Amino acid sequence: MALTGVQIFKLLPKTNCKKCGYPTCLAFAMKLAQRQASIEDCPDVSEEAKRTLGEEAAPPIRPVTIGMGEKAVTMGEEMVLFRHDKKFFHPTVYAVQIKDTAPEADAAATIDEVLASEMERVGQHLRIDALYLSNESGESAPLEALVKLAAEKAPGFPLIIAATDASVASEALAYVEGSKPLLFGANAENLESMCRLAREKGASLGLVAKSLEEASELTEKAKAHGVEDLVIDPGARKAGEILRDNTLMRRAALKKNFKPLGYPILTPVQRDDEMLETLVATVGVCKYSSIVVLSSVKKWKSLALFALRQNIYTDPQVPMQVEQKVYNIGEPDGAAPLMITTNFSLTYFIVAGEVENSKVPSRLAVMDCEGLSVLTAWAAGKFTATKIAQFIKESGVENEVANKELIIPGYVAILSGALEDKLEGWKITVGPREANAIPAFLKSR
Amino acid sequence: MAFTAPKETYPGKVYPVGMGTAEKAVIVGGENVLPFHGFEGEIPGKPLVALEVQDVPPQDWPKAVRDACESVSGDPVSWAKHCQDALGARAIALRLIGTHPDREDRSAEDAVKTVTDVLAAVQVPLVIMGSNHVEKDSQVLVAVAEAAKGRNCLIGKAQEANYKTIAAAAMANDHQLIAMSELDINLSKQLNILITQMGFAKERIVTDPMSSALGYGLEYTYSVMERIRLAALTQNDAVMQPPMLADLGMYVWKIKETTATAEDMPEWGTLPERGIAWEAATAAAFLLAGAELLVMRHPEAVEAVEKFIAEMEV
Repeated sequence: MALTGVQIFKLLPKTNCKKCGYPTCLAFAMKLAQRQASIEDCPDVSEEAKRTLGEEAAPPIRPVTIGMGEKAVTMGEEMVLFRHDKKFFHPTVYAVQIKDTAPEADAAATIDEVLASEMERVGQHLRIDALYLSNESGESAPLEALVKLAAEKAPGFPLIIAATDASVASEALAYVEGSKPLLFGANAENLESMCRLAREKGASLGLVAKSLEEASELTEKAKAHGVEDLVIDPGARKAGEILRDNTLMRRAALKKNFKPLGYPILTPVQRDDEMLETLVATVGVCKYSSIVVLSSVKKWKSLALFALRQNIYTDPQVPMQVEQKVYNIGEPDGAAPLMITTNFSLTYFIVAGEVENSKVPSRLAVMDCEGLSVLTAWAAGKFTATKIAQFIKESGVENEVANKELIIPGYVAILSGALEDKLEGWKITVGPREANAIPAFLKSR
Repeated sequence: MAFTAPKETYPGKVYPVGMGTAEKAVIVGGENVLPFHGFEGEIPGKPLVALEVQDVPPQDWPKAVRDACESVSGDPVSWAKHCQDALGARAIALRLIGTHPDREDRSAEDAVKTVTDVLAAVQVPLVIMGSNHVEKDSQVLVAVAEAAKGRNCLIGKAQEANYKTIAAAAMANDHQLIAMSELDINLSKQLNILITQMGFAKERIVTDPMSSALGYGLEYTYSVMERIRLAALTQNDAVMQPPMLADLGMYVWKIKETTATAEDMPEWGTLPERGIAWEAATAAAFLLAGAELLVMRHPEAVEAVEKFIAEMEV
């Protein structure tokens, strides 16, 4: 894995000249090991040491970007095997396949569906991120027409152009020169010509291997041909093989610092059975695929996969938060109960779910407590009588309710007296401690 | 640079827990590797999916899943038989939700009759769950554990507030026990310790670290499961080695994404596909995190998950 401070120290001039800003070469080496300093700060270091340390400092999984502008997506740079250790970094890219044998109207409709797939969920914009345009015809003209169509309808949108013949793909790539497509389909037979084409057109290159051994040889050869922005499809197609290959690749890159497999992974999961396809995509999202290629846009499939990607790529150290506001559950009238809780997403989901279960139309005021749960927020001084009173006043909910009554979580019953003082004219009612008691509580009112 | 596959082996393994009797008996757990890592270790069984059946008609289930069992869900015996015979369920999870004081408040005697009738009608292993009301479960589960003696069921859920009576009943009647704690690896460990301190064999516990639905806290369950499994395998922590249960259908089939109609939410696509995909994807994620036993509601979601499990075997 990474070099230690002492190993780095051995590569430095050991003059303690202080030109780097640190008192000694050893202190500088320690900072380098923690990636808090750059080797460029040492004016006297040898070229060889620079090369060694430069390679060392490169992320174990190379970043690769496809597309241009605000829709561009970056992959790679992952640092962990398990999401509880540290946030999974670049969310899996969802690509939808369009074959160049499809009638133009169908292709155009699919592109429109992809562009319309964007939706908001818990404050994030989620969408199908890329198009996978495949050369099923084996001929140049249909692929060219399809890429042209995509480039016109969606300029800069990340495109994956799948072909195995560089001369066939060449014309198609001309349409998207400068917008960083991914040319996908290099293998042991066509490697040299595909590398040349990728280089000429400024495309990154996708390698298709039959095994991890072959994949590691192909990346080395591609590098020798001057292409370094690579994506690997190790050839796994069955769900279990995808898990195996992806796991071994991520481990090789992170734990062994094995550079030949330190690239983003592309996983085709297309199935006639789209329910099964959704589940195989789940393997890709949970277990290390950077691109998952889907067979079609189906709203139900997109919705489930968006939620999954959002969950798996959430930072485990930063709780997911929902927006501060008063949420209507059902269609509350003026007499409907008003409850308050904090904006920790899990708290919100559980409380809102139980209110929904009660079938009693209600208002739920969700207060920004930096994503803490009720008790933690109270203990941290973020869910206090003063702050709650201020939030309720500023929310304007006062004008919507007939009776000024606020139901607070049972765990913060202690706040009720202070709240009645701060919220003049309001009645404070102590609700249940646990969310699962909410339906009974609401129904019994 | 030649590639050598970085395979890993672990000092620990998951206990194999048996359920059911005769030729329908099954074993969950028993592997000595991470989920589906058959390429570097032993996975003797495969994950088990139990179809959920309730003691009272599922009036509170949303239409998309209620429709799937409408013709049989009027009584638990025909519902359970349907799951076993028509749907080919490998296990059935009977939830005695009607015993909850806020629901039908059925008595322990009613529950015993339901359990006895269902056991007489089906041969596949039975998971028997209470209504998740700590006091009522203590009475109900003690009574049904005795009634189900000899059938090697999985009974629960035992929680911190009621584990003593339920564990004692499971032990006295030779059943396995579900130990449930709330989304915290330390609470889960502590409960397993408390239960084993009563003399209950740790090899007969199934851990329920608390489930959730995709989009509604799945990431918490997922990571708690991964951490429990890593503790079991890498640290050889015996208390963390029971197989894990994901009781997910109840979390999935109440959220907006499985209940809102396509008319109300046109951008979300059609039901029942949306609901089925939601339940199946939740299940797949928990299987990848380490769950060996799933409780699910929609037969088509179960079918998809069974196909998925088959494809995960390498």
